[in-house]
Amino acid sequence: MTRDTPLLSVQDITKTYGGRIGCADVSFDLWPGEVMGIVGESGSGKSTLLSCLAGHLTPDTGRVVFDTRSEGPRDVLAMSEPERRMLARTDWAFVHQNPRDGLRMGVSAGGNVGERLMAVGARHYGRIRDEAIDWLGRVEIAADRIDDRPRQFSGGMQQRLQIARNLVTGPRLVFMDEPTGGLDVSVQARLLDLLRGLVRQMGLSAVIVTHDLAVVRLLADRLMVMKGGQVIEQGLTDQVLDDPQHAYTQLLVSSVLQV
Amino acid sequence: MIAVQDVSKSFTLHNQGSAVLPVMTGASLQVSAGECVGLIGASGSGKSTLMRMIWGNYRIDGGSIRVGTVELAGAEPRAVIALRRGTLGYVSQFLRVLPRVPTLDVVAEPLLALGVAEEAARERAAAMLTRLNIPERLWGLSPTTFSGGEQQRVNIARGFIHAWPAMLLDEPTASLDAGNRAVVLDLIREAKARGAAILGIFHDEDARAQVCDRLVDVTGFSVLR
Amino acid sequence: MSNHYNFAYLDEQTKRMIRRAILKGVAVPGYQVPFASREMPMPYGWGTGGVQVTAACLTPEDRLKVIDQGADDTTNAVSIRKFFQRTAEVAVTEHTAEATVIQTRHRIPERPLTAGQILVYQVPIPEPLRFLEPRETETRRMHALEDYGLMHVKLYEDIARNGAIATSYAYPVKVEGRYVMDPSPIPKFDNPKLSGTPALQLFGAGREQRIYAIPPFTEVISLDFEDYPFEATKAPHACDLCGDGGSYLDEVITDDAGGRMFVCSDTDHCASRQAAGHRGRLSPQEDAA
Repeated sequence: MTRDTPLLSVQDITKTYGGRIGCADVSFDLWPGEVMGIVGESGSGKSTLLSCLAGHLTPDTGRVVFDTRSEGPRDVLAMSEPERRMLARTDWAFVHQNPRDGLRMGVSAGGNVGERLMAVGARHYGRIRDEAIDWLGRVEIAADRIDDRPRQFSGGMQQRLQIARNLVTGPRLVFMDEPTGGLDVSVQARLLDLLRGLVRQMGLSAVIVTHDLAVVRLLADRLMVMKGGQVIEQGLTDQVLDDPQHAYTQLLVSSVLQV
Repeated sequence: MIAVQDVSKSFTLHNQGSAVLPVMTGASLQVSAGECVGLIGASGSGKSTLMRMIWGNYRIDGGSIRVGTVELAGAEPRAVIALRRGTLGYVSQFLRVLPRVPTLDVVAEPLLALGVAEEAARERAAAMLTRLNIPERLWGLSPTTFSGGEQQRVNIARGFIHAWPAMLLDEPTASLDAGNRAVVLDLIREAKARGAAILGIFHDEDARAQVCDRLVDVTGFSVLR
Repeated sequence: MSNHYNFAYLDEQTKRMIRRAILKGVAVPGYQVPFASREMPMPYGWGTGGVQVTAACLTPEDRLKVIDQGADDTTNAVSIRKFFQRTAEVAVTEHTAEATVIQTRHRIPERPLTAGQILVYQVPIPEPLRFLEPRETETRRMHALEDYGLMHVKLYEDIARNGAIATSYAYPVKVEGRYVMDPSPIPKFDNPKLSGTPALQLFGAGREQRIYAIPPFTEVISLDFEDYPFEATKAPHACDLCGDGGSYLDEVITDDAGGRMFVCSDTDHCASRQAAGHRGRLSPQEDAA
């Protein structure tokens, strides 16, 4: 982490839907090992932004420059689709809010974890399986569940399986869309702890979209607050939460129910 | 090591008619390596606010705060993160941790972030917890279930696990019994001896007298009287 | 012509259209070329794709052989053979060696094919990725980008569930190092014959409106894992009629007391061997030699 190049440099991303603004003029640099949270209410543009960054949507303007392993910084939006797909299954990962969107529900847990390995050319069944067992262990799924399908898993297990499936190729950048949404509070804590450990062990960088301020406080180094498609405040997570400057952020922070 | 120069701070409450509350102006102080400076002043005079600005938790509206070579006013988040990881330690009054994470890991975490191997980090965490009289049967449990005094000691263990060159201590001896208080004062003395620059808030006057080399009254910086 | 059909039933423009699709398929081995499949006077699933390809390839000089699971005398084979006898008035044969065009359902003849022969396969579902990815837009993109990890996921699942690659027919192959292709539901025993043959192999899927091809001398490799290599398996017996230990066998139940026999699925192969004097375990005893 000594290189002085941002892992991801987002420059002036704007996406409109007809006349409506999805997100406007968003810029930031994400450095290796950093976790950035994006918060805002529904319709604030945070999901649109994440889709633009991850290549699921094409923004109207702007650049998404990623520091690739082989060729250094490159604009992801200008890459050919095969290159982008290769990136998406090697150096990038995307964790969906709903595990059904990120898993193959008809394929066993082992097959789900192994798919990315096979997609980049792994052709040794035994080694693929060993790797899958190792990863199931790292996300706290018992090895004897390897041949079960995700349908037979609880929501929390499905989400952990989705994380294993994404991280098996050792990506450097993970996009997460409400990774703890839809989970019980006790399950959330376990998942957050797991994610935090993985981020540290693997030196991952991550962009996490959520509306849950507790999630960003625990996971994110930096925070970006969005409203109406615009970034209205960004900075160190605890600074934004404890000393919010913008009226909307103050409202957001003061609206959190204290337990 | 820690240099505060003409710092001012105000809070704007946008949701309460945009009321502007100036809380501090012209705050200046220095803490050198191997020195412990105590902040004094009445409750609400801005001791914690100043600490939080040095920690990077509150934004600095005017002036300059330097810790080592890092300027905190207008600093990039990653500069502050790097500062907290290796240079600046903080023992706050409150323990904020993820539920479910075992106490041993909570204490070892700053070392893991610095790249210390898990085994070694846990060993050092165990030694620190032992020193602060946290019984071993509690190490595997989350500190969220602990009593106030136990939580405070976990917090201190975490705050002293690494030899940070600069440290901020917010009421480190509050809610501790005599034995543990003595341990904490020893930890502070040891930190000073190895050359740490320490800035602290101590309501415990006896503790203050034992470890502080000099005192700074923040009342003079306060805008609210 | 005594009947009033155009040669080989289809009109000339349709045959041109199909030939263009075939040529494109030959030019891009393993690639599924869409074509405007016509209504044929037989139901889908009876080989309408293969029939259209055959119709587009036939010339009056051709000699046609039609087999269904290796046999020349089953309903499907007989009706298609009669169809072309009537609409194209071409010569027909049951002998692999004599045929210039062979339409097949689910088998490749045992006898090695030769240069100049065309083997036309009937294909029910041409998309090898279909059961893993239901969206046609997505499977097309996967082919375009050679994004074939999913194909191995299917084989992985097979091993995880059964301890071995249990797929025994329609076993996926990679053509000339590029396209992953469904070889139609031939037994995997036949897969090695797909590769390097001097004959032209054409595949027609009528309902799915796809044509694809393997030109002569094209490399066709069955997908597998390093530690679970592809195996062309067959029943571990010799034919009970002709004694061949190396041909693909059908199991025939002979009574309701558990009696059974194994016979070559390729009827021409079996009959030719018997004619040449080969005998199996259950061959009728000859009275006097």
